[in-house]
Amino acid sequence: MANDPISQFQISKIVPIEIGGIDLSFTNASLFMVATVACASGFLYFATGQRGLIPGRAQSVAEMSYEFIANMLREGAGSHGMKFFPLVFSLFMFVLTANMLGLFPYFYTVTTQIIVTFALAILVIGTVIGYGFYKHGFQFLKVFVPSGIPGILLPLVVLIEVISFLSRPISLSVRLFANMLAGHITLKVFAGFVVSLAALGPIGIGGAILPLIMTVAITGLEFLVAFLQAYVFAVLTCMYLNDAVHPGGH
Amino acid sequence: MIVTSAYAQTAPAASETPAAPAGEVHTETGVAHEADHGSGAFPPFDSTHFSSQLIWLVITFGLFYLLMKKIIVPRVGGILEDRQGRIAADLEEASRLKAESDAAVETYEKELAAARSKANGIAEAARNDAKAKAAADRTAIEAELAAKLAAAETRIGEIKAKAFAEVGTIAEETATAIVDQLIGGKATGDDIKAAVAAAKTGA
Repeated sequence: MANDPISQFQISKIVPIEIGGIDLSFTNASLFMVATVACASGFLYFATGQRGLIPGRAQSVAEMSYEFIANMLREGAGSHGMKFFPLVFSLFMFVLTANMLGLFPYFYTVTTQIIVTFALAILVIGTVIGYGFYKHGFQFLKVFVPSGIPGILLPLVVLIEVISFLSRPISLSVRLFANMLAGHITLKVFAGFVVSLAALGPIGIGGAILPLIMTVAITGLEFLVAFLQAYVFAVLTCMYLNDAVHPGGH
Repeated sequence: MIVTSAYAQTAPAASETPAAPAGEVHTETGVAHEADHGSGAFPPFDSTHFSSQLIWLVITFGLFYLLMKKIIVPRVGGILEDRQGRIAADLEEASRLKAESDAAVETYEKELAAARSKANGIAEAARNDAKAKAAADRTAIEAELAAKLAAAETRIGEIKAKAFAEVGTIAEETATAIVDQLIGGKATGDDIKAAVAAAKTGA
């Protein structure tokens, strides 16, 4: 593997597939998407296989993540928002597992691809818009008109609301992508220091201890970030879904 | 978050240092680069891979979503619901049993009170019965005694009267006998009778 911190994001084809001039190759990123889904659903499937009245450790974890997201969604979007529970739960588990898997050395981090996080963000915003118009019709546009605003300010406020709404998929996707990307670059840079310093001889090996400590510390931090970003993604999804469920309720 | 983004800013500058040895490696990986259409873009922004990323994301995430929706969410929801139901049922059972035992205690105390009052009643009745019976017995005995006494008195009176009545006859007979012995002649009954009667009244 190259010592350059960017090469870890390089996509390489494993099974080249091309249909109608469009590249649909199975790449290392695809492999880790499959791995993410396999790990997450495998864990949840086997952890809850016992259906124990008194849960074991694995079942406790599965139940905790279920209740964590259920409470988040209930608080964020009310009981009417619970119909989106499978979506929010899938998003959270997918992002969390992808982030966590990415922290293993030589593993590919799916969420460092802007197209992946952007697609997930568009899925969320698309659900909000689709459900909003389906359920409330043009009443959904109330989302851009906060109540209690004086008439003169209204056009300005509506403009700001529209811009803020349109920037949601961008902020949602860039936040996740940038956090994961930056974390992995940082890890790689510090790990690279260890190697380059150690190559300088005995003094260098002594000096390499500092970046090694940093690497270990940042790895810990990255585990936190991996969880936190999945959490933030899920929380924001709940907040956006609230707009779809209660368009007037700002 | 702020810390990581700060690192991200320093990262490209810091990466200059290991860039020299990395350069050699770069030529080796150059083959791979060319295989990836050789675009020198920053990999996450390399749009040549967007279509394959998207299709595989749709496949994998779509499958994941279906698995969650059809299997995992109903299953975990079912487990949690079962547990909640079980706890609620247990609590209900406990409160039912408590109510039952409370009712049993109440019944027991009510019955105890009833039994106590009944016992009191029985004792009272027995006492009253005994008292009444004793009183009745006493009056009966008293009446009997009074009757016996009266009978005795009448008998005494009769005997007395009879004796008194016989006193005259005896006296007459005795007087007749005495007269006989003394005078040898027979005194007439009437004379004697008159004499006795005179003596009786005189005495």
